[in-house]
Amino acid sequence: MRVGRFDLIPIVVLAAVALGALPLVGSPSTWVTLTVAGLAMGLLVFIMASGLTLVFGLMDVMNFAHGVFIAVGAYVAVSAMKLFGGTLSALLPAMLAAMLVAGLLGAFFERVIIKPVYGQHLKQILITTGGMIVAEQLIHVIWGPELLPLQRPDELRGALLWGDVAIERYRLAAVAVGVLVFAAMALTLNRTKLGLLIRAGVENAEMVEAMGYRIRRLFIGVFVAGSALAGLGGALWGMYQEAVTVAIGAQMMVLIFIVIIIGGLGSVTGCFVGALLVGLVANYVGYLSPKVALGSNILLMVLILLWRPQGLYPMGKS
Amino acid sequence: MPEALLTLQGVHTHIGHYHILQGVDFAVPRGELTMLLGRNGAGKTTCLRTIMGLWRASAGSIQFGGRDVTGLATPAIANLGLGYVPESMGIFAGLTVRENLLLAARSGPLDEARLEWIFRFFEALKKFWHLPAGNLSGGQKQMLAIARAIVEPRKLVLVDEPTKGLAPSIINNLIAAFADLKKTDTTILMVEQNFHAARSLGDSVAVMDSGRIVHAGRMAGLAADEALQNRLLGLSLEAHQ
Repeated sequence: MRVGRFDLIPIVVLAAVALGALPLVGSPSTWVTLTVAGLAMGLLVFIMASGLTLVFGLMDVMNFAHGVFIAVGAYVAVSAMKLFGGTLSALLPAMLAAMLVAGLLGAFFERVIIKPVYGQHLKQILITTGGMIVAEQLIHVIWGPELLPLQRPDELRGALLWGDVAIERYRLAAVAVGVLVFAAMALTLNRTKLGLLIRAGVENAEMVEAMGYRIRRLFIGVFVAGSALAGLGGALWGMYQEAVTVAIGAQMMVLIFIVIIIGGLGSVTGCFVGALLVGLVANYVGYLSPKVALGSNILLMVLILLWRPQGLYPMGKS
Repeated sequence: MPEALLTLQGVHTHIGHYHILQGVDFAVPRGELTMLLGRNGAGKTTCLRTIMGLWRASAGSIQFGGRDVTGLATPAIANLGLGYVPESMGIFAGLTVRENLLLAARSGPLDEARLEWIFRFFEALKKFWHLPAGNLSGGQKQMLAIARAIVEPRKLVLVDEPTKGLAPSIINNLIAAFADLKKTDTTILMVEQNFHAARSLGDSVAVMDSGRIVHAGRMAGLAADEALQNRLLGLSLEAHQ
């Protein structure tokens, strides 16, 4: 089932999961609330995961320190919200600050930690894990070991009510930001030469170089952008939970790895659909059978990989 | 013989523990099509990859247009005016035919007149312009790989076994395309196993064996000398056809 070049089957599966949950949940208003919560969670995971999937696809780098960028983004958002007064107008500068600091940290990581171990997966895992431990300790030094509150601005607190349906304002805002990020990435990847280069580089980096493009420069750019997005995701996720700890990034990494694996390594579209699936399944199962919730996404990953071993949107890497 | 555009002198290449190129010396005359022949495993593909900088030469020098390119990175070498068609074709399967060509046009938008020239030989590319390259047949992928290398004028095009596994009708199309490309003064270095293509297109020839050049000269000379073919290639090219 295709529309032009686009494989619609994963989208149909996503819709089937959402609609299939309706009779199980029973109450339509509860279903709407769970669905919006699932979409919000999925889109936040997408923002955090999209950079990592491109980094893996483009340069075959396994960055286990990606969670640090999420944590740093969340902590910077705490400081920035405090600095700018914690109002709605403080939100944009706080998010930009989170992206800037996480992006700079990403540039440092790429140059100092990852550059010496290109093409060496085991060393990448070891050194990025070590880098994550060091960075987490530095976060302790700068912000302290305690849990920090990250209050939402007043305008994003509470819920909107439509009849029996209650939807948290912040979740709607998270959906809007997630859709915006996806739209920006989709436009960049599909409508610009830079996007063409990234997509081609994910498939065959050597051939891109043989055509005269410096893939290393492109990779640094993608790495920094991915780190900045992780920082944004961390800030939004911290605000979603209204609290930040140093483990916020490491905790999200399990979900992020599940998302990029089921999406297809290197595929932004797969990452998007995978993140929505993960978000929806986590919320539906969490409501229907809380004891199973913890393993529901692992089960989802197993089922998808049994169906499509290369993920929802395999990249055909050569 | 015209002056050399590309010269390899004493080039050695190691891949891991393997010593593949063991002192390769040969020159590619400017404006000609040079065939690089040899048995499987002789080092032909490694030779092209070493020229492109995809494998590093461990010794020796590679001169292109009078400039030493031995230590240059692959993008810098490509930007000197080289096009490369690898044996695997290296097409981007997830990108459309148009996007593949757009990416290959480094200096700006696609030149319509040049595209029309390419479509004269590779009509299928026009037909499947908006189709993902991964959906093309093997022959069409090879057409795209070649079109990508020549979508802009290049000083030197390196082509690795373009006719491998293709139907005779498509091979004839490729021969016609390269014959026309030769008229544009583009220098071509082609690895080829198909004698019909090699004899039709080649002006000069270099034969490799065990990582060295064992013969270099005019293609016509080799094509006319069955004994030399047997000695160098282990078979008669006529018989191979």
